[in-house]
Amino acid sequence: MSAKQKTGFNPRFLWKLLSLVLVFGAWELAGRKPISIAFPTFSATAVAFFRMIADGTLPTAFGVTLQPLAVGILIIGTSGILFGILMGLYRTFEWFTLPVFIIVQSAPMAALIPLITFLYGIGFVAKVLAVVLMAAPVIVLNSYKGIRNASPTLIQMSKSFLGNRSQQIFKIIIPDASGLIFAGLRLGIASGFIGIVLAELLITPTGIGDLITYYRALALYPQMFASIVAIVVFATVVVSALQWLEALLFRRERLAA
Amino acid sequence: MQNNTIIEIKGLKKTYAGGVEALANIDLKIPQGELTTLLGPSGCGKTTLLKIIAGLLDKTEGEVLIKGERIKGPGPERAFVFQDFALMPWATVIRNVAFGLELRGVPKKERYEIARRYIDEVGLSGFDKAYPHELSGGMRQRVGLARALAVDAEILLMDEPFASVDEQTRRKFQEDLLNLLKIEKKTVVFVTHSIEEAVYVSDQVVLLSPRPSKVMRIVDTRLDGVENVEDIRRDRKYLDVVEDLWQILKQYLI
Amino acid sequence: MVIFGKRIPMVFAILVWLVLWEVIGRLELLFLIPPFLDVLKALVNLFVTKKFYEALTISVQAFATGVGLAVVIGIPLGVLMGRVKFVDRLLGMWVNVFVSAPLTAIVPALMVIVGFGQATVVVTVVLFSVWIIALDTRAGVKSINPSLLEMTRSFGAKKIEVYTKVIFWAALPEILAGLRLGMIRGVRGVVVGQLLIAIMGIGELFELYSRNFLMDRFWALVIFIFLFAYLVSELVNRLEHRVEFYAGTR
Repeated sequence: MSAKQKTGFNPRFLWKLLSLVLVFGAWELAGRKPISIAFPTFSATAVAFFRMIADGTLPTAFGVTLQPLAVGILIIGTSGILFGILMGLYRTFEWFTLPVFIIVQSAPMAALIPLITFLYGIGFVAKVLAVVLMAAPVIVLNSYKGIRNASPTLIQMSKSFLGNRSQQIFKIIIPDASGLIFAGLRLGIASGFIGIVLAELLITPTGIGDLITYYRALALYPQMFASIVAIVVFATVVVSALQWLEALLFRRERLAA
Repeated sequence: MQNNTIIEIKGLKKTYAGGVEALANIDLKIPQGELTTLLGPSGCGKTTLLKIIAGLLDKTEGEVLIKGERIKGPGPERAFVFQDFALMPWATVIRNVAFGLELRGVPKKERYEIARRYIDEVGLSGFDKAYPHELSGGMRQRVGLARALAVDAEILLMDEPFASVDEQTRRKFQEDLLNLLKIEKKTVVFVTHSIEEAVYVSDQVVLLSPRPSKVMRIVDTRLDGVENVEDIRRDRKYLDVVEDLWQILKQYLI
Repeated sequence: MVIFGKRIPMVFAILVWLVLWEVIGRLELLFLIPPFLDVLKALVNLFVTKKFYEALTISVQAFATGVGLAVVIGIPLGVLMGRVKFVDRLLGMWVNVFVSAPLTAIVPALMVIVGFGQATVVVTVVLFSVWIIALDTRAGVKSINPSLLEMTRSFGAKKIEVYTKVIFWAALPEILAGLRLGMIRGVRGVVVGQLLIAIMGIGELFELYSRNFLMDRFWALVIFIFLFAYLVSELVNRLEHRVEFYAGTR
């Protein structure tokens, strides 16, 4: 194996760069070959991508797409976490709700999206609902697990210092569960992206979904691929940022403890 | 009276990637049929040396000859006993003990018979079908030892084999090892950082200097006067040698 | 939940929900919710419908082929990533990106390249499942105690034996976890693929029933798919339990 010289740069950064170059290079070659008339080269896609940013097509589309996503996450984030916490704290509540979520956690929620069309037509509300539906299971279950798995030792400790139940919940259990709760939120947002894309492709073309469908209909493949890349990159950046935040907020705490 | 040399190490040097020089210049002759211990302060490269002899690590310079032949990696004449047991947790005790033979293509019936014999020899009779997670640390190491014995290698290489068990089990192990070696005539190269253990089990102790290691001294620790292994720890010579070695090693702790 | 001092298993909670469903349906409280018993009847009827069997066959074929391919690609990829630093550094970034990316957005691209047929659905399933399988396999391989591998070498094992006798088994708990998650994603892949293509399989049936407001059949189909996904993941879960015993002592 070749020995890479140590330069002033962070070697991991170099590897990532190399990896990007290789994949983009392969893409370019595949596009030129061509694999299919519908498969644009990397360069064509990149050009379309930047043009679409410059002329405002992409930003506008994102504006439209992100609204139901943000609203949906806000709704299911708050209510889902609360729901999960209640499930974790109250056995009776858990008894009624857990079996439903256990079945649902492996289910393809996407199957319900056609149903949403009938409930709420093809508008904003339908898309918010799609996001909520896709994100709900993972957010609720992670919060639930976080609460249920809160450190028994710490709980005993608070009892030994005569803490009451309310103090136990707010000072010990919820803080201890916060790591998993945040992880659930992160995964929920990733699922939310899936939900909004699915909604925009299935229910009604707006935003990014509209761009993808539109360009496909016109056989403008570089633009179509650029739109796809845009949403994938955006979702990845958001999720990575959340991962970084999670590591910052929670791992350090674990190490210190 | 020294036996023939079975392992000869000439001018051995080992530098790890990143520049850490573990072994500076090792010249050593290990006699056949005896138990030689590599002893030294923490981090002095004794495990490195052992693993090079085993063929599990590459050397940077020098030669390791076994019965006059240069080694190329692990071989059937050497068997290794690991500090953290290295058992396959999904396999039963008997499968673990027979593993070395399994890799050699010995048919199942035969290798399980051999394995059973050594399971008895190390004192684990009846535990054939048990799984590692059901055994204590001491028992797991017995499995590791049985496995090394089962392949009938002439040379046994033991890397701090009793470091991961509790003190009481350890003392029992040391006694059992000596008794076992009376039956099985093997050459043993033993690594430990416990002076008492070194003197207790060995015929000679090779003292290694701190990194980068060289051979400092070779001390004869044969206790010919002692009949029973239980009497070793009160033997005069034993206590003197332990004290001498401690005085030498103490200097390196500062 | 304890009633009169007797502990009631959670399974009964489901029963409670089904009763609730029946009541809501009978009272026609919500337009979209027919009584549960009607849905049950529709479910039973489904099994005698020719259309359903056709759709089911197509869908299961796509699922099995897709997951099979994902396993054949994903496990070796994960092993390579876990064992060869060079491969890990090169591909790790991409696997991590694709494991949480909205891959649904890529399906339209697949449709224009591969076409509108079964092949696209299979590719979608592979796309959805392969990354988590590779990632979990990698995690399993990386968690192997190095002593175990040294031990195998010290007894003279050939390279292939190290993989088949030790690495595979040591990483098995994680590989199975990845398989379970991969299968769940695979079901989603079939559903999404067929919904977007909407010309065959379960997806077609969903569209058909929704369009014609055949709610009892729609829900019957939903129940069927949900149960299928649950059963498939439970099956792998059972396998995971059988190897759980040694996961702690590796």
